[in-house]
Amino acid sequence: MFTLPDLPYDFSALEPIVDARTMEIHHGKHHAAYVANLNNAVEQAGAEVAGAPLEILLSGLGRVPEAQRAAVRNNGGGHWNHSLFWRLMCKHGDAGLSADLASAIQRDLGGLDALREAFGKAALTRFGSGWAWLVVDKGTLRVTSTANQDNPLMDDGGLPILALDVWEHAYYLQYQNRRAEYIESWWKVVNWSEVSRLYQTTV
Amino acid sequence: MSITLPALPYGGGELAPHISEQTLGFHHGKHHQTYVTNLVKLIEGTELEGQSLEAIVKASAGDPARAGIFNNAAQVWNHTFYFHCMKSGGGGKPQGALAERLAKDFGSVEAFLEQFKQAGLTQFGSGWAWLVEDAGVLKVTKTANADTPMAHGQKALLTADVWEHAYYLDFQNRRADYLDAFLAHLVDWDFVATQL
Repeated sequence: MFTLPDLPYDFSALEPIVDARTMEIHHGKHHAAYVANLNNAVEQAGAEVAGAPLEILLSGLGRVPEAQRAAVRNNGGGHWNHSLFWRLMCKHGDAGLSADLASAIQRDLGGLDALREAFGKAALTRFGSGWAWLVVDKGTLRVTSTANQDNPLMDDGGLPILALDVWEHAYYLQYQNRRAEYIESWWKVVNWSEVSRLYQTTV
Repeated sequence: MSITLPALPYGGGELAPHISEQTLGFHHGKHHQTYVTNLVKLIEGTELEGQSLEAIVKASAGDPARAGIFNNAAQVWNHTFYFHCMKSGGGGKPQGALAERLAKDFGSVEAFLEQFKQAGLTQFGSGWAWLVEDAGVLKVTKTANADTPMAHGQKALLTADVWEHAYYLDFQNRRADYLDAFLAHLVDWDFVATQL
């Protein structure tokens, strides 16, 4: 059974960048629905996938029975992506970018400003629903984006260490059509200590 | 032929309380307008400038090099069509020739309504639910993002926008409630019948 993780902070912790009502619905309704639907799909899929960790399911969707594959991909992706996303944010943000990650960002992307520009562009130009990612791919940092609840695990595209949800449900109550403003504001709540910790697990 | 934003066929507050004036204001005034603005910029100085919207959609469909043009052109068309599929005091059951066609191709009008709602509910991510005519047969389909029946040789008869921006301010995560309200209170069946 997969379970909905608690948020590591109050619904209002990310105000005024992300409002409490958005967080409450996003976590309590959207994320909770992905967890419930994932559990249903895994139960229906039976012995072949029972007990498998989520990362194994997502990186090997070909092993999931075809009848449940789309449901596991969409809902399993939704569960994994949101679980990561919540941890990558914190109240007032966190400036604990490690020296190792800072130098990797300089080496692979040309610096923090260049990362913000590339990541922001990936988030802004993802047409429809999806996610922007910073991944560590075979030791190299790379910016990418995926549609819907897909993620880089699904096509061996590296391990995400930074993620931004650009489904409209992530920002519509507060920013409506102004996705660019949401993206720009969001940097203020990024938990760089956690991003750095995730980076350290990959090197 | 220049591409411009068509006016809504009703006042911004007329679909309330099902779709609020605020939702329509953003949906038409910002989202629909942005697709128009983007498309005009993208086709400026190309051989597509001056062509009809339908011609632009068909010319760019399935061409990865023209994905931006297709996305914006199809979204201009989809939104204009969607807004015309609704009216104040609409919804309920269709009558006459349309009802007979639906009963013939789906078994009953009720079966069609249920299929249409399911298409809208199960379109994962952003997209559209459709009633289309395909080689003389009425079918329910769903498309992702900007994709549109015209790109598949089908004729659109009815659509519901299930991008979250269509309903999030009024219904948040409750897409099923939005689709129920759309079918029960908003569909302009006279408009749908004229598309046959």
